[in-house]
Amino acid sequence: MTAVPISYYLVLSAVLFGLGVVAFVFKRNIITLLMGIELMLNAVNLAFVAFARARGQLDGLVFVFFVIVVAAAEAAVGLGIVIALARNRESLNVERVNLLKL
Amino acid sequence: MPLLNHLWIILALPLAGAAINGLAGKRWPRSAVNAVAVGSVSLAFLAVVELLREFAQLAPGQIPVVGNYFTWIAAGELTAHPFRVDFSLQVDALTVVMLLTVSFVGMLIHIYSTGYMAHEGGYYRFFSYLNLFMFFMLTLVMAANLIVMFVGWEGVGLCSYLLIGFWFLKKSPADAGKKAFIVTRLGDFGFTIGILLVFWTFHSVDFGQIFRQATNMPVESAAGMGILTSICLLLFTGAIGKSAQLPLYVWLPDAMEGPTPVSALIHAATMVTAGVYMVARMNPLFSRAPVAMLAVAIVGAVTAFYSATIGLAQTDIKKVLAYSTVSQLGYMFLACGVGTYSAGIFHLMTHAFFKGLLFLAAGSVIHALGGEQDMTKMGGLRKGIPVTYWTMLIATLAIAGIPGFAGFFSKDEILEAARSGPYANTGLWLLGVAGAGLTSFYMFRLIFLTFFGARRYDEHKVHVHESPKNMTIPLMILAFFSIFGGWFAAPKLIGGSDYFEQFLAPVFSTYAPSAAMETATAPAEAAGGTGTLLLHALTGWPVIVAVLGFFLAWWFYIYRPDTPKRLAQSLRPLYTLVFNKYYVDEIYAALFVRPLLWISTNVLWHGVDEGLIDGVVNGSARVARESGGKLRELQSGNARSYASWVVIGAVGVTVLLLGLLRMGR
Repeated sequence: MTAVPISYYLVLSAVLFGLGVVAFVFKRNIITLLMGIELMLNAVNLAFVAFARARGQLDGLVFVFFVIVVAAAEAAVGLGIVIALARNRESLNVERVNLLKL
Repeated sequence: MPLLNHLWIILALPLAGAAINGLAGKRWPRSAVNAVAVGSVSLAFLAVVELLREFAQLAPGQIPVVGNYFTWIAAGELTAHPFRVDFSLQVDALTVVMLLTVSFVGMLIHIYSTGYMAHEGGYYRFFSYLNLFMFFMLTLVMAANLIVMFVGWEGVGLCSYLLIGFWFLKKSPADAGKKAFIVTRLGDFGFTIGILLVFWTFHSVDFGQIFRQATNMPVESAAGMGILTSICLLLFTGAIGKSAQLPLYVWLPDAMEGPTPVSALIHAATMVTAGVYMVARMNPLFSRAPVAMLAVAIVGAVTAFYSATIGLAQTDIKKVLAYSTVSQLGYMFLACGVGTYSAGIFHLMTHAFFKGLLFLAAGSVIHALGGEQDMTKMGGLRKGIPVTYWTMLIATLAIAGIPGFAGFFSKDEILEAARSGPYANTGLWLLGVAGAGLTSFYMFRLIFLTFFGARRYDEHKVHVHESPKNMTIPLMILAFFSIFGGWFAAPKLIGGSDYFEQFLAPVFSTYAPSAAMETATAPAEAAGGTGTLLLHALTGWPVIVAVLGFFLAWWFYIYRPDTPKRLAQSLRPLYTLVFNKYYVDEIYAALFVRPLLWISTNVLWHGVDEGLIDGVVNGSARVARESGGKLRELQSGNARSYASWVVIGAVGVTVLLLGLLRMGR
């Protein structure tokens, strides 16, 4: 059985990362933005795993765990900010958040 | 010889007076300001008298006495000809004469000023400037090199500016001050180049070294004009500006806007004679440049005649005296130009006495009439102010050259030199004699208009009163010297020797070219026996025209007072021309002042300054402001736009890295 070549994973990772960027830059809903960030993080994770597998080293996998932990923390803080924002602005539109404060 | 070793004391006294009055005098009572100002100048005068006593005991080999104080400028030490200027002072016979004249007349005018300026504001300021002027004037005459002399030269110009514009709240004195400063600056431009040329030629600015080297240089004939002629002409340009000769004389009449003691001290007795002193001081160079000498003589003689004609028609008492000063300075230059420097300096000294006196007396007249300067509104003052009348009459007799008075001896010597001296020139002599006749006429016209005839002032408004003692006593002292100040030369007329000329002789003969020496001494010895010279001087043309001038003035203004009006009627164009001073001020304004103003306003101000310089400054400010405004919009606070920049940046870096990788491969 032939293995899937690494370039496939990398292309997929790049596509997912690009979608995440596009979502982050062009969408207005702050929850979509958070989802875009998650997507980018996981695209990077995929690349790490692919490299780790291809090179037979564990470093990449360790990084992935760190990223997952950070992502979880980020999701918690991010959703907290979303709730605070929704209460204060009564809107989830990110364009109304430009004062760098609540 | 204690004082000769401490020449600086003479300079330090008036400088200290100026500093003390200038810094602290504002809060002091007038008596304290007087004490400082008059005290410092009187002490300086006493120091000069002591200097004269010590100087008289010196052996010829010890002259000039030089005091070297410190190295002021040292540049180019590693080159072949380093530029080195010491602050050094020197004393020789010429300096002693100048020091005595300046400090003596200066002291009297300081005393006079305590009376004349008694009711003026800015009292301490006036005396501070006056003392400062004394300091610079004494520096000028004591300098042992051209650069220190130039310091004094410019310093007296500065004080002249400050004192002409003393009443600076009025526009005309402020303008006159500026005019004096700027016009003399034109001459100083030539003077500066002259100094540079001296250094270029002699590799030194020290008088002693210059003169020693000059003795090895040939006399430059008209065909072989060279560096000495150029130097002398350039230095003389400075003298033209400072001593108000044609064509730069225009500032001096305007300078009469200043207080009268200032006119007497600076614009008659001392500062304006600095040019004559400088030419006399540089005599070793001038004697080797006959072309420059001729230029000096021509400028002097033409100025002497020309400004005397202007003096004929002026009605302002001080303006008459101003043009008279220009004319008399012309005589001094004529004397230098025909090679008799000692006669020039002699006339400088007697002129300081009688012209200083004339101005002070005119100030006394103005004081008596409560500020009136127009002679057509004076008349009949003889009884009201007798001291002023008698002293002014003596000064007038002196300037007119009536035998026995100071001006007779000095002017006669000049005209005699122009007629028969080593550089005799009949044309210049004729101009000089004609000028002497005019001088006599306009001076007696002044006397007759002021002191004789009907009273033309308003007797109900003006209370004519004689000036206080501190004004009349200087008048009397100066009157004494206007009579006897010329008698050094008297023995010569009866076959003796001229003390003044002999005293100065070492200055003018030590470095003189040998050929000129022989001719210079020849006519003096050829002069006939006892009495013939006296007879000759008494019946010579200068005396005849002086008496003629007196009678003409008497005829015009006493005997037939309606003559001037009728003459002015019949010669209307000529009269208008002279009355308006040949329209020289207007011509200068049209030729130089207005074009310069136009260029300055439209090109330099609106074009260069506003367009270019302001444009660059404002332009760079606008670039910073506008680019800042644009860049500010990046800081929108919008998180997504920041993210976009991050993405763009990341893409940019990636592309860059890829490009670099490809190039590396």
